[in-house]
Amino acid sequence: MESPPISEGTTSVTVKAQIPQPLPGDSVVAREAGLIARIVAGERELFHELVRPYEKAVYFAAFSVLRNPQDSEDTAQETILKALKNLHQFRAESKFSTWLVTIAINEARARLRHERMIKFETIDDVTDEIDGHFTPAVITDWREIPLEALERKELRELLQEAIASLPELYREVLILRDVQEINIAETASILGVSEGVVKTRLLRARLMMQKVLAPQLASKRSNLFGLFKKKGGGSWF
Amino acid sequence: MVLNCQHVWAEISNYIDDTVTPELREAVEQHLAHCRHCAAVLDSTRNILVLIADDRTFELPVGYSARLHARLQEEIDESQR
Repeated sequence: MESPPISEGTTSVTVKAQIPQPLPGDSVVAREAGLIARIVAGERELFHELVRPYEKAVYFAAFSVLRNPQDSEDTAQETILKALKNLHQFRAESKFSTWLVTIAINEARARLRHERMIKFETIDDVTDEIDGHFTPAVITDWREIPLEALERKELRELLQEAIASLPELYREVLILRDVQEINIAETASILGVSEGVVKTRLLRARLMMQKVLAPQLASKRSNLFGLFKKKGGGSWF
Repeated sequence: MVLNCQHVWAEISNYIDDTVTPELREAVEQHLAHCRHCAAVLDSTRNILVLIADDRTFELPVGYSARLHARLQEEIDESQR
């Protein structure tokens, strides 16, 4: 295929998603099991302590479906209350965090179905079928983006809008896997699909993000990152 | 194993996650060594993943945690009446 010219010196940075997510130590599992037993036995105040490490995960699981901060917060609250009510049904076959995030996804989907019924909207007709000829964005001079640039609201909004624009199937998997860094097996368990389906959706989601963002980041770089210069005066790009 | 660009794009996500076989990894790397287009696609995809994984990209609404635990406490109090 004919490739556009690519300037020299493309760089890459360490990807957190590459690092295998460590399984929780036995101590975390044992601590949670102990808390759960006490809560079920009546010490309900301890539920605050049990869910505190996962309150962010619950919010963003809901957000991956709903895309709306207020609905996501309401759903996160409903998730926590539902988890408290049903804690006696929790079995240690899955991690507590996986169980909690699964409830959040299901609650968010139920809310979305309800809203669509009210508004007579159709659901995304996206399937898992991948057309074999998806083309990434042509970029000619990509360079590493300094993470300090995230201090700029404009960049954060660009990233958030790109994720919000993804079809639901792809948005869910991208947020679970690449924002929350949940491993493939747990992501599959949460979404109720096979690991193969997670990988397929993730490929599509990541390439969609690349296609949407790479040209925008390249075209807006002078506005977004003009303040950031390499040592020696050269531009980052 | 010789891969073309589309084969590499189809494997780019698994390559980033390091879930490809050693043989496939080697084939992808051989292709990347000679195709600057695919190397740039890989770099840009990786860099975008770094940006979206950063805690600053997605922040919780201000007061979210306090409201969540206040609502939870209401529920606990109600159930103990």
